[in-house]
Amino acid sequence: MSDFVVLASTLPNPPWSWNLISNVRDMFSFPFMVNAFRAGSIVAVVAGVVGWFMVLRKQTFAGHTVAVAAFPGAAAATLLGISATIGYFTFALAAAIVIAVAARPRGGLFSEESAVIGTVQAFVLALGFMFAYLYKGFLNSVNAPLFGSSFAITNAQVVTLALVGLAVVLVLAAVGRPLLFSSIDTDVAAARGVDVRRLDVVFLLLLGAAAAEASQIVGALLVFALLVMPAATAHRLTARPARSIGLTIVIALLATWGGLTLAYYQSYPLGFCISSFSFGAYLLTYVPVAPRARRPVVAAAHS
Amino acid sequence: MASEIAVRLRGASARAGDRTLWHGVDVDVPRGQFVAILGPNGVGKSTLLKVLLGLHPLAAGEALVLGDAPGGANREIGYLPQRRNFDASARVRGVDVVRLGLDGDRWGFSWPWSAGGRQARQRVAHVVDLVGASGYAHRPVGQVSGGEQQRLLIGQALVRQPRMLMLDEPLDSLDLPNQSAIASLIREICVTEGVTVLMVAHDVNPILPYLDQVMYLAGGGAVCGSPSEVITSANLSRLYQAPVEVVRTSDGRLVVIGQPEAPAHHADRHTGQLVQ
Repeated sequence: MSDFVVLASTLPNPPWSWNLISNVRDMFSFPFMVNAFRAGSIVAVVAGVVGWFMVLRKQTFAGHTVAVAAFPGAAAATLLGISATIGYFTFALAAAIVIAVAARPRGGLFSEESAVIGTVQAFVLALGFMFAYLYKGFLNSVNAPLFGSSFAITNAQVVTLALVGLAVVLVLAAVGRPLLFSSIDTDVAAARGVDVRRLDVVFLLLLGAAAAEASQIVGALLVFALLVMPAATAHRLTARPARSIGLTIVIALLATWGGLTLAYYQSYPLGFCISSFSFGAYLLTYVPVAPRARRPVVAAAHS
Repeated sequence: MASEIAVRLRGASARAGDRTLWHGVDVDVPRGQFVAILGPNGVGKSTLLKVLLGLHPLAAGEALVLGDAPGGANREIGYLPQRRNFDASARVRGVDVVRLGLDGDRWGFSWPWSAGGRQARQRVAHVVDLVGASGYAHRPVGQVSGGEQQRLLIGQALVRQPRMLMLDEPLDSLDLPNQSAIASLIREICVTEGVTVLMVAHDVNPILPYLDQVMYLAGGGAVCGSPSEVITSANLSRLYQAPVEVVRTSDGRLVVIGQPEAPAHHADRHTGQLVQ
C-alpha cells in the first residue's frame, strides 16, 4: 500500500488541461485511478444515504466513533498480515454493536449515552495507536487509515465495497420509511407497532458498515467529509426527504470525483481534497442568492 | 350494546414500578364522545392512555378498546403522545410528518407517481386542510409555531381515519387563543367524523364548553360523568384531598379555584420534557 503513496508523491504532477474529457481519459488510463473512481463512487452513494439518516437522527457522534474504530481495525489487520478491509469492517461493526448494547437510548434522543460513546471512541483510538506501535511500521501505517488512503484500491477491495454497499442500500430501502418515522416521531411510531429499538440497532450496523467503507477512502478521522457534509448541505437546501436524499448523493459524488481529480493532478492528500469539496458545497448554502434561498439562512439563525 | 361502547374498564388497576397509580376503575366511554381525562400530575393519566394502547400492562381488571383487547385495535386509533416539539433543525415538512402517520410503519417505499402514492397525497392534503394547516404544511416542521405543529400532529393522528383519537395534553404550552382554537377543532372533528376522543388535560377550562364527559383521576380512583356532575366542590376536594372550590360563572363556565397546582408540578413537567 505504501508503495503507491511513495510513487504518487515522488512523481511530477501530471499536466492539467481545461479539456475535462481529456483529463478523464488521462486519469482513466491508469488502472489504479479507475479503481479509485469506482470505489469512491460506491462509497459516496452509501455514505451519503446513510449519512442523511445519521444527520436526521443526530447520531453524528456515534457515526464518528464507529469510524474511528475502523482505524484500530486497519492497524490490527496490518499487524496480523491480513486484508485491511476485513479489519475496517470487523472493528466498525463491533463498535456499532457495543454502542447499540451499552448505550440503550431512552426516549429516542442521544444525549445520555454520549458519555458511553465517548468512552468507546477514546479507547479504540488508543488501541489503534497501540497496534500501529506494535507493527513498528512506517508512518504511513497510521497516516492512511486516519487521513485517507492512497490510490491503492485493489480490484478485490472494489468488489467488497460494492457488495457491502449494495447490501446497505437494500436494507436501507427496506427499512427507510419506518426508520424515518421512528427518527422524527419515536413515540407515535412505537404506538403504531414500529419496532423502534430493533431499528436503532439495524441503523447502527448500517452506520458501522458505511463508516468502514468511507474510512477506506477518506480515512477514519475524515469520514464526515462523506458521512456528514453532503447530508448537512442537502438538509439545509430542502426539507423534502426524497429530494434531500437525492441531493446528498449528488453532492457526495461530485465531492469525491472533484477530490480524486485534485489529488491526481496536485498530489495533495485525498482525504483533504474530498473534504475540501464537501466543505465548499456546505459553505455555498450560506451564500444568500435569491429570496428563495432565504429559508436556510433563517434556519441558521434559529439553531 | 357493547358495540356502542368505545372504551370499557372494569376493576382496572395500573402500577408504575411498585407504586399503584389507580385501582378499581370502572369506566364506559360511549362512541363518538369527547371525553377529558383530568387529575393532578403523576396520577397516571398518560398511563391510562398507554394501557388502552397496550403499551402498559394492567395490574388487575380488564379493558376493552373498540371491542378488542388493548393494543388489538391500534390501527384504528390516532395517538398523540405528550407534547413534543420538533426542534428548529428538523428538516422535514409538515406534510411529511402527516404522511408518516398514514404509511410510515410500512416496509419498503412507495413510488410518488403510483396510484397509491397519489391517493396518499390526496388523503394527506385533505387532512391538512381539515386541521387548517394548509398555509404552512409545506414548510419545515421545525420552523412553524407550537400551535401550528400541534395542528399538524392532530392531522397526523387523524390521517388514517381512526375511530378514536387519544390525545395526551395537546394544549399544554400553547397560548390561550390557540388552546381554545385547537379544542374547538377537536370538537368539530369529533362531531363531523364521528370520532371518539379521549384527551388528557391538566386544565379543564379551555375545553369545558366542548366536552361530553370528564373522567377525574385522583387519590387512586376515578370519577366519571358530565362536567357539571363531576366538577363540583365536594368531588374535587375529596379527590385532591385539599379544599377546592368550583364556581360557575354567568356564561356557564366552571372555574376551579384552589386546584392544587403546586410549583413542583411545573418543575416536574419541565424536567420531563428535557429528559424526553
